[in-house]
Amino acid sequence: MKEIRIHGRGGQGSVTAAELLAAGAFDDGMFSQAFPAFGVERRGAPVQAFTRISDSLIRLRSQVYKPDYVIVQDPTLLEVVSVESGVKDNGIIIINSDFEPEKFDLNTNAKIMTVNATKIALDIIGRPIVNTVLLGAFAGATGEIRSESIKAAVKARFPGKMGDKNAEAMQKAYDMMVEAKI
Amino acid sequence: MTVIRDLDKDKMVVAEGSYTVASAVKACKPNVISAYPITPQTHIVEDLSQFMADGEIPNCEYINVESEFSALSALVGSSAAGARCYSATTSQGLELMHEVLFNVSGMRLPVVMTIVNRAVSAPINIWNDHQDSISQRDTGWIQLYAEDTQEISDMTAQAFKIAEDKDILLPAMTCMDGFILSHVHEPVELLESDLVDEYLPSYEPEYVLDPKNPMSFGAFADPESYTEFRYLQQQSMDNAVKKIEDAATEFYDIFGRYYGGLIDEYETEDAEIIIMAMGSVIGTIKDAIDKLRDKGEKVGLLKIRSFRPFPVEAIRKAVKDAKVVVPIDKNISLGLNEGALCTETKACLYNTSINMPVVGFMIGHGGRDIRISTIESIVEQAKKVADSGIEVESQYADLKEEML
Repeated sequence: MKEIRIHGRGGQGSVTAAELLAAGAFDDGMFSQAFPAFGVERRGAPVQAFTRISDSLIRLRSQVYKPDYVIVQDPTLLEVVSVESGVKDNGIIIINSDFEPEKFDLNTNAKIMTVNATKIALDIIGRPIVNTVLLGAFAGATGEIRSESIKAAVKARFPGKMGDKNAEAMQKAYDMMVEAKI
Repeated sequence: MTVIRDLDKDKMVVAEGSYTVASAVKACKPNVISAYPITPQTHIVEDLSQFMADGEIPNCEYINVESEFSALSALVGSSAAGARCYSATTSQGLELMHEVLFNVSGMRLPVVMTIVNRAVSAPINIWNDHQDSISQRDTGWIQLYAEDTQEISDMTAQAFKIAEDKDILLPAMTCMDGFILSHVHEPVELLESDLVDEYLPSYEPEYVLDPKNPMSFGAFADPESYTEFRYLQQQSMDNAVKKIEDAATEFYDIFGRYYGGLIDEYETEDAEIIIMAMGSVIGTIKDAIDKLRDKGEKVGLLKIRSFRPFPVEAIRKAVKDAKVVVPIDKNISLGLNEGALCTETKACLYNTSINMPVVGFMIGHGGRDIRISTIESIVEQAKKVADSGIEVESQYADLKEEML
């Protein structure tokens, strides 16, 4: 089983991202589970959402404490939230940032990868909506889900032109991550 | 028989627990739905409202009301007039219904209501525990608890079948853990309307409110007859013991899914320690048991699916060979320092030849997360009880003593 924790701020679509990831993974033939860290949601406040992906039925209902992967939607969260908390040594932390991964001094053995999802979103979607872009980056960085599956999940949720643009931005982030791995 | 799911991925979709429930309700073709939104139940009535707006629930009235008291009161009239009735609520909303709950059961109206379990105030807390529904234990409603979103979906159809049976005619609460199940997205098979038609016959009440044939419901019962009304309600609860099992097996025959009837058992056959629990924590406990079994620990799980009627005989049979029984409760009876499952398990083992320690642990109150490690530490303490007897009969498993 692989566990993913998504950090964002209220309004950034972290919960939606977790759900889309679960839908995409199921489309890939896996079992999945997505849920928010139930809090008193306020726009701008730090929020978390979780996804589990497994090749067998998922029964566990606790929150995620030792994620394999972490997605950080907003780099300013690093000042207020310990995003590296519990991440497995062989895990990956994907941060939305225009800085190089080396700039981030986190207390972890996990690999840090960065992608400027905000720029990609502004360039392609025209709005700074980064959650879907980061899902593309996740697929590219981890190989846990096919880019076609996660794009299909996004397009199913946002039909039409909006979905197409999101998919395009996701593919770009996916390609950048695949390249960064090499 | 333990949980059986013929997992057919082609039929499954990833859906939110609340949507899964709303879809199940739709497939059961209710005639009246009353709605008063309250977190974390809101999505269920919202989704039903959408189905109504899209014309997907024919022959149904959706009533917006001004409070939970009204939500259930509206169903008293509707159900008495012969309608299949549904509502959903949680926490303070359920507590506000308290008075009406007795009316529904006393008038023998087979209303089905989803309880999205949540803690009660004060202090204000919107997260999950079972204090809300457990506090309605004696209202004469059947109470069933689900471990995942597929089960709460399937349980909805089962509840209508049980409640509307002529030998039962009692209302039923189907309980799902707030947020943990109501807000989770996971793969499920949404209830298929044509299969539900096959499973669930239409509601044919024997007596209905009808101006052409005037009749009183819930009228006066003086000391001459009140006791007998109560006796008959209990008799129906006794009948429900078998009907709940039947409803589960008949559901299996048509849908190929089974989650237990009154109870379900997991790894209990040779278990020295048997944990008892209800609701979504069942899944976490099963994972914990797999880990403990790998280490050679003889631990099993007795899932309580029906809390009312309380499955006295089934529990006795399931635990009789264990060394220690460990009920886990997401509720507390203040003044007794025990959860309801602990108290009632002890009661059902008393006056029998079964004699073993019962140690209760309260856990996960107000949404405190329940981890596998907490279950493991409970089992660790249960082992000590098995070896050297009880020191503390009931306690919190996750108390932060440093905060006191």
